[in-house]
Amino acid sequence: MAGLSVFEKIWLRHVVYEREDGETLLYVDRHLTHEVTSPLAFEGLREKGRKVRRPDLTFSVTDHNVPTGDRLKPIEDKLSLEQIKALEKNARDFGITLFDLYSPYQGIVHVIGPELGLTIPGITLVCGDSHTSTHGALGALAFGIGTSEGEHVLATQTIWLKKPKNMLIKLEGRLQNNVTAKDIVLWVIRNIGTGGGIGHVIEYGGKVVEEMGVEERMTLCNMAIEAGARTAIISPDEKVYHYIKNTPYAPQEDEWEQALEYWRTLPSDPDAVYHKTITFELDKLEPQVTWGTNPAMTIGVTEEIPDPRDYDDPAERQAVERALKYMGLEPGTKIRDVKVDVVFIGSCTNGRLTDLIDAARVLVNNKIAHGVRALVVPGSQLVKRRAERMGLHRIFIEAGFEWKNAGCSMCIAMNEDKLRPGERCASTSNRNFENRQGPGGRTHLVSPIMAAAAAVYGRFVDVRESDLMSREEVLEYAKRS
Amino acid sequence: MQRGVNVIEGKAAPFKYENVDTDQIIPSEFLKIMSKRGIGRYCFYRWRYREDGSLNPDFILNNPKYSDASILIAGKNFGIGSSRENAVWALKDMGIKCIIAPSFGDIFYMNSVKNLLLCIKLPEEHVEKLQDMAEKTELYLKIDIENSTINYPGGEMKFDLDQTVKERFLKGLDEIETTLTYYGEKIKEYEDKMPSFIIPKARRFLPD
Repeated sequence: MAGLSVFEKIWLRHVVYEREDGETLLYVDRHLTHEVTSPLAFEGLREKGRKVRRPDLTFSVTDHNVPTGDRLKPIEDKLSLEQIKALEKNARDFGITLFDLYSPYQGIVHVIGPELGLTIPGITLVCGDSHTSTHGALGALAFGIGTSEGEHVLATQTIWLKKPKNMLIKLEGRLQNNVTAKDIVLWVIRNIGTGGGIGHVIEYGGKVVEEMGVEERMTLCNMAIEAGARTAIISPDEKVYHYIKNTPYAPQEDEWEQALEYWRTLPSDPDAVYHKTITFELDKLEPQVTWGTNPAMTIGVTEEIPDPRDYDDPAERQAVERALKYMGLEPGTKIRDVKVDVVFIGSCTNGRLTDLIDAARVLVNNKIAHGVRALVVPGSQLVKRRAERMGLHRIFIEAGFEWKNAGCSMCIAMNEDKLRPGERCASTSNRNFENRQGPGGRTHLVSPIMAAAAAVYGRFVDVRESDLMSREEVLEYAKRS
Repeated sequence: MQRGVNVIEGKAAPFKYENVDTDQIIPSEFLKIMSKRGIGRYCFYRWRYREDGSLNPDFILNNPKYSDASILIAGKNFGIGSSRENAVWALKDMGIKCIIAPSFGDIFYMNSVKNLLLCIKLPEEHVEKLQDMAEKTELYLKIDIENSTINYPGGEMKFDLDQTVKERFLKGLDEIETTLTYYGEKIKEYEDKMPSFIIPKARRFLPD
C-alpha cells in the first residue's frame, strides 16, 4: 500500500462517517470565529433554539473591523461597533472564550491561533475566513468556510466535505539575498494562476520549506487560497513543536508527551501519492511585486509592466487592460520606477514578529521618503508587546512609521485605515483586488523587506542589492539603543 | 427551512469577466450589515455605480436588455477570494438564481449550495456558446436540476451535478437537523474516543 501524505493522515483520523458518494462528515477540533462572518451563524442557532455543541473547542476574537488607534476612545463606526457587540453577546450567551478589544491576546485570528497554542499539529480547524489555510503551516488541516457552514459546525462540531485532491509543491534551491517566503508564494501563484489550486490541498515541501522558520511557512500557506486552493499544509517538524511549546493553550506535561508522540507520526510518507506535483527551483527567484488586480498579476522587481498586446487570449488581454487602467500604469514601465504613496506592513500574511524584524532590518538608521505615509500594524497585541520589549517599535517610529494596535486594518479596510482614491500602496497583505484597501486604492503586494524599502525610497527597489543587518544584528541594535 | 427547487427559468446575461472575486461581488464595507436581505443593492457595487452614485452605463447588468436577468454566464474562476457568504446572499437578493461558468472558487461554490444558488460548471466552449447567444438575442434558459439539463431555444446541454448537491436542491433539507438526527450518535462516539490533549486548556497569567 502506498504511503500517506500529512493531509490524508489527518483527514482519515477525523472521519466521523463517509457516505457512499464520498461525502464525508469530518470532526472539527477547533472552530475560530470573528465578528464579521459569525453573527448570522449564531442568530441561526438562536432561531432554532440550538446550542453550541463544543464551546470548549470554539474561540472568538475581534479583528476585522476593529480600530487600530487608541483603544480607550469610543468606537465611532456604529456598524462596526454593532458587530463587535454582537460577538461579545454571542460569546457570553453561548459560553465561548472571547479575546476582545482589550484582551492582551487580541489580534488577527490567524496570528493568535498559532501563537496561543490553539493551533496544534494534527487537528482539524475551521474559521469563517478564507485565509484559514495559514494554520496549515503547523501541520493542522485548516479550512476557510462560510457562515452557513459555520453554523453547522457550531451546532454539530462537524463539517460535510468531499475529500479534496492532493497537490505537492516542492520548493528547492537556495534563495538569493533578502528574497523571502512572500516572494516565493507570489511566484507560485503567478505560475499556477488564481485557479491553479481549485479543489486541491496544497502541501509545500522541499529543502527551502525545511529550512524555513514557522512564521515564514505561515506566509506560504496563508496565500494558497489566492491560487484557489482549498487549503495548504506542511509536515510538522521540531521547529513547529518548539514554536508551540509553552504557549498559553499548548498541551502540558503528560498531554504534551502524548501529543508529541502523535505529531511525530504525521509527516508525509516518502511514498505518499499526489494528484499533482510541481517543483520550483528558486535559485534565480527575484523579489516579486504585483502590478495588477489579482495576486497572479505579478512580476519580478527587475521586470516591466506587461503589455496587453502580448496576450493572445482575448479575455486575458481584456483583463490586463482593465487592470492597467485601474492601477494607473503604462505598459513597459519598469516596476522600479513606480512611486508609492502609502506603505502598509501587517495582516495575517506578514504581521508576525519575523516580518517586523525583517522590515526593521531595512529601516534601521533610515527615514521614510518625503510624502510617504507608512503604517505598521502588528498582527496581534502579543506581537506588538514582544516587538516593543525588543525595542523594535523605536526603529519604526524613528523612521516615520505609525505604530498601531493589532487588527486586519488596511488589508481589508473595514476600519479607519484605508487608502484614498488613487493612492498607491506597497502592502504586505494578500489581496490586490480592486478597491480592497479602500475605494479607488491601488495595491502592490510585496514582502515586508520590499515594503520597508519602498517606504525609504518612495518607490520599489531591488532589495537583493541592499546590504542589510541580519535579524540577530537588528535585535542586538534595538536592544542597545 | 428552505423549500426545494427543481426548475430554474430566466433570462441569461453574458457576464464575460474572469476571476471575479467576492470583494467585487460585495465590497467589505457592506459586510457590516448583519442581514441576508436588502443587500442586493450593494451587489457589484463599484462596477454598478459611478463615484457620484449614478448607474455606470458600461456595466453589463445596467444594460436594459439584461437588467431583469436571473442567470449569469460568467468567465472562469467565478467567486474566488474571500469566504464571505454575503456574496451569495447579495447575488440572491439581487434576483440571481443561477451562475454558469467554467470554474468557481471552492468556498463560494459551497456557500452557494447552502443557499440554493445554483452554480453550474460547463466546459469553456459551452459557456462561450451561451454567452454568444445571450449577446445576440434575448436568451431565456430553462434549467432542470433533477435531469441536469439546460434548455435553450433550439437545443439542450447536459451538466454534471454532484448527487448530494442535487438532493440538497430538490429537497431543501435543513442540514443541521439531518446531521444531528442521522449522525448524532456517530459524532458522540467519535468524541468519546478523542484524546484529551486535543482539548485546549488555558494556563492563566503566562508571561508573554
